[in-house]
Amino acid sequence: MIFFSALLAQLLHVALMLAAAPVLIGAIRLVKARLLGRRGPPLLQPWRDIFRLLRKQPVLADGASIVFRAAPFVSLAATAAAAALVPSFALGMALGPVSDLLVIAGLLGLARGATALAGMDVGTAFGGIGSSREMTFSVYAEPAFLLVIFTLTLLAGSTNLDVIATLLHDGALGLRASLGLVLVALLTVALAENGRIPVDNPATHLELTMVHEAMVLEYSGRDLALIEAGTALKLLVWLSLIAAIFTPIGVAPSFALLAWPLGVASWIVKISLLALALAAFETSIAKMRVFRVPEFLGIALLLGLLAAVFLFVSTGIV
Amino acid sequence: MALPLLAAIVVALLGLGVVGAVAPPRKNLVHGGCAGFSAVGAVLSLGLLLAPGAATMSVPIGLPGMSMHLAVDSLSAIFLLLLFVTASAAAIFALDAHGDEETRALPFFPVFIGAMALSLLAADSFSLLFGFELMSLSSWAMVLYRHTEETSRDAGLLYLGMAAFSAACLIPAFGLLSTGLSGDIDLRFAALRALPPEGWRAVFVLVLVVLGAGAKAGLVPLHVWLPLAHPAAPSHVSALMSGAMTKVALYVIIRVLFDLCGPAQPLWWGFPLLVMGAASAVLGALRANMESDLKSVLAASTVENVGFIAIGIGLALIARGADLSSLAALALAGALLHALTHGVFKTLLFLGAGAAQHGGGSRVLQRLGGLVHRMPITTLCMIVGCVGLAALPPGPGFASEWLLFQAVLAAPRIGGLGLQTMMAVLAALMALAAALGAAAAVRLLGVAFLGRPRTPRVAAAEEARAPARWAMLGLAGLCGVLGLFPGLALGLIEPALRLLVRADLSRQIGPLTVQPAADMPGYGAPMIAALLLVAGGAAFLAIRRWAVPGHRRGPAWACGFAAPPAWLPFGDPVTQYGGASFAQPLRRALGTALLAARERVDMPRPGETRPARFSVTARDPADAFLSAPIGWTREKLVDIADSMQFLTIRRLLSVMFVVLVLFLAVVAGIEAS
Repeated sequence: MIFFSALLAQLLHVALMLAAAPVLIGAIRLVKARLLGRRGPPLLQPWRDIFRLLRKQPVLADGASIVFRAAPFVSLAATAAAAALVPSFALGMALGPVSDLLVIAGLLGLARGATALAGMDVGTAFGGIGSSREMTFSVYAEPAFLLVIFTLTLLAGSTNLDVIATLLHDGALGLRASLGLVLVALLTVALAENGRIPVDNPATHLELTMVHEAMVLEYSGRDLALIEAGTALKLLVWLSLIAAIFTPIGVAPSFALLAWPLGVASWIVKISLLALALAAFETSIAKMRVFRVPEFLGIALLLGLLAAVFLFVSTGIV
Repeated sequence: MALPLLAAIVVALLGLGVVGAVAPPRKNLVHGGCAGFSAVGAVLSLGLLLAPGAATMSVPIGLPGMSMHLAVDSLSAIFLLLLFVTASAAAIFALDAHGDEETRALPFFPVFIGAMALSLLAADSFSLLFGFELMSLSSWAMVLYRHTEETSRDAGLLYLGMAAFSAACLIPAFGLLSTGLSGDIDLRFAALRALPPEGWRAVFVLVLVVLGAGAKAGLVPLHVWLPLAHPAAPSHVSALMSGAMTKVALYVIIRVLFDLCGPAQPLWWGFPLLVMGAASAVLGALRANMESDLKSVLAASTVENVGFIAIGIGLALIARGADLSSLAALALAGALLHALTHGVFKTLLFLGAGAAQHGGGSRVLQRLGGLVHRMPITTLCMIVGCVGLAALPPGPGFASEWLLFQAVLAAPRIGGLGLQTMMAVLAALMALAAALGAAAAVRLLGVAFLGRPRTPRVAAAEEARAPARWAMLGLAGLCGVLGLFPGLALGLIEPALRLLVRADLSRQIGPLTVQPAADMPGYGAPMIAALLLVAGGAAFLAIRRWAVPGHRRGPAWACGFAAPPAWLPFGDPVTQYGGASFAQPLRRALGTALLAARERVDMPRPGETRPARFSVTARDPADAFLSAPIGWTREKLVDIADSMQFLTIRRLLSVMFVVLVLFLAVVAGIEAS
C-alpha cells in the first residue's frame, strides 16, 4: 500500500511538473510585462506556443547531423529525469531513494552538454558563442553548487535530496545561519544555470548578448517545442529544489493521501512566490557583461564556503 | 595456476619484441600476438578477481645470487585486468596501422606491454624497478618514432629526463625500504612488509615514492612532459601510455604506501597526494580546454583524471591514519574505480583520435570539423568516451567521481577546523575540475567532430577500417557496462579494499546501487539510465504521435548570414567557432591567473597594408617554477665546472688533496659507527 501510494505520488508529481513548467514561464512573462506597464501575454501562451510549434515541420540546417536531431530528446529526457527526482508536493516518492543531489546536478549537466553540442553542430558563429559561454558559466556555477551540497550534506548526513528535505521538514536541523548563506548561494547559481538576468536574458533578440538562445538558434518547429519545454522544465526544477530545501512547509508524506491536496496547494503558492520574486528581480536589474559573470558567481562560491565554515565552527564536529 | 601463465605471457610478449625487430616487419604477427596474449591475460586476471587468492613464485634469473619473485593479489589483478583489456584493444586497433613510420614502434610495443605486466606482477624491489624502467625506456623509444621532427625530439628528451628523475627517486625509495634488515639483503616484498619503515626513513620513502611515481603518473608539478610526450607516440601507444602506464605508476604508489609501509602511518601522509591531486585536477582540466591538438587535449585531461585518483588515494591515507576504515574504503574504492574507468575511456578516446587523425589527415583541432558526417562510428565512440570525460550520468566516469565526492563530503568527520575547511575547498576544486572537464569534452567533440569541415581533406575523410572499428566499439561497449553497472566493477575491486584498508564494502555495493554507507540511499545507475530511457522514449513517441512528421533542409539561419559563395561550398570555415575561440572566456577568466595566458593584438595603423595579428601565449606554472630554476642551476653548475678546468696545477692538486681528506674522514666516520 505504501509502495503504491509512493508510486502514485511519483506519477502525479511528474505529470504536475510537466504541466506546470510552461505555465510558470507564462506567469513570469506576465508579471514582468505588468511591472513594465504592458498588458502581457496570457498565462497559457507558452503552452500554445509549444502546440503551435509541434504542428510545424523543422527546417534543418544543411550541415546538421544526427547529433543536432537527437539533442532535444536527450536534453529534455535528462531534464525530465531530474524533474522526477526533485520533490514537489510529497516526500518519500517512489524515486526518493535515488534522488541524489549529485545525480541531479549530473543530469542537468547532461542536458546542458547535449544542447551545447547541438549549438556546435551546424557550424555557425552564434551556436559556438552560445555553447562556449554556457559551458564557461557552468564552470563557475558548479563549484558554488557543490559547496551548497557540501553544507546540506554536513547537516543531513546524506546527499540524498529526499533525506535532506525530510529532515528539514521535520525540523530536525533547526534554523541555522549557514542555511541563509546557502539560500543566497543557491539562488545565484539558479539564476546562472537558467540563463536569467543578470547572467543572460531569456527574452533577448540582440545577437551578441545571447547565450542560451544563441545555442538553440537553428532549431525550429517541433524540435524547438522540445527545447522550449526543456528550458521551462529546468526552471521549475530549480525553483522546486529551492522550495523543497528552504520552505519545507506543507509538504505531504507520500503515504498520507489526504494531505496531498494541501501539499499541492502549498507547492503552487511557493512556486508562485518564487516566480513573482524572480520577475521583480529581473525587472529591477540590468544584464551584466559576460566577463563579469565570474565575479557574480564568485560571490556564490564564497557564500557557500562561508556556510560550510560557519557550520564547522558552530557544530560540535570540530 | 594463473600466475605461471601470466609470467609466460610476459615472456611471450618480450619475445614478440624480438620478432618485431627482425628485418621484414611482421606487423600483423606482432600486433595479433599482442592482442591474443593480452586477451588471455585479461581472462586470467578476471578469473583471479572472481576467485580471489594470493600466489607467489620465483624465477631463478635476475640479480646475482637472488631470483626474481612474482606474485598476484587482488590489487595487482585489478591493474592487470585494466592493462590487458586496454592492451588488447590497442593491439587490435594497431592491426590497421599504416605507414613505415609506425613500424619503427613495432619491436617496442610488445615489450612495453610485457614490462608493464612485469612491474604489476613483481614481488620484489628489483623486478618492480626493472619492469618500471623497461616500461619507461620502451615507451621513450616509441615517443621518438618520428625522430625527424624537432617537437618529437624535444618531447623525447624531456620524457627521458623525467624517466631518469623517476628512477632516481624510486631506486633510493626501495633501498630505504629494505635497509634496517639484519643479515642478508632481502628484496622480497614479504620481507619489506615484515619491517615497515618508521620515523624519518618513512618520511623519505613517502616523499621519494610520491615524487618518483608521481612524475610517471603526471601529477602536478611533475606533469610538464605528459601533454608533450603522450601525443608524440603513435595513437595506439598514446592510448596505452595514458590509459595503462599512468595507472602502473599509481599502482606503485598504492603498493608502497598502503601495503609495504604497513598500516601504522600517520594521518598527514595523505596530504601531499591530496594537494598534488587537487592541483593536477584543476590545472589538467584547464589545460585540456586550451590545447589546440586533439591528442594534447586528451593528454592534459589525463593529468586531470590522475589528479582525481590521487585525491582518492590521499584521502584514503588520511582516513586510514584517523582509523576510519570505512571512509578509507570509500575513497580508495572511488580511486580504483576511477583508475579502471579512466583507463578504458581514455584508451577509447586516444584510439578515436588516432582514427580521426588517419581519416581526417590532421589532429589539430583547427584543421578538423564535421567528421560526424564521414566517420559516424568513430564519432559515436568518441561521444561515449566524452560522456566519461565529462563525468555525466549514467556514463563511465560518473560513479567513480560520485564515490570520490561522497568520500570528501564524509571527510569532515575526521575533525579539526583546518582539515574540514580544506575538505570544503577540495570539494569546490573537484567540482571546478569536473565542470572544466565537461567543457573540454564539449569543445573536443564540437570543434573536431561536429560543425563544418575546415579543410577539403576533412570533407573527404574516411571511416576507420574493420579491426580499428571493432576495437573502438568493444571499448565503447565496455564503457557502457562500466557506466550502467558500476556495482559490478566495484565487486571486483572489493577484495583489494579488504586487503589494503581492512574494510568490508560488500553490504554497500550491489548490482543496482552503490551506497556511501550500508543503510543510506545511494547512486542507482541502472535506475537513472532507465529513467532517461523512459523519458526520452516517451518524448519520442509523443512526437511521433502528435507532431507533424518529416523535416525540410535549408541553409543555416545564423541570424540572417548571407549564403556561402560558390568557391566555398561549405561556407568560410573560419566563420564557425574553433578551439581557441571556444576557450576564450575561460582563458581570460582562469587562464590569465593560472596559466599566465596573454593575448596580444597587433593592429596596423590606418593606412598600413600589413595584416592585423592576434596571438595568445600561455605558460604552465610548473614550467616557470620548476623547469626554469633547473635550467638556471644547470648553467651555474656548468660555469663552476668550467672554471675548474682553468685552475693552475698548484690549485688543482690542493683541491684533490682536500677531496681525498674529506673522503677519508667520511669513511672513518662510517667505520666508527
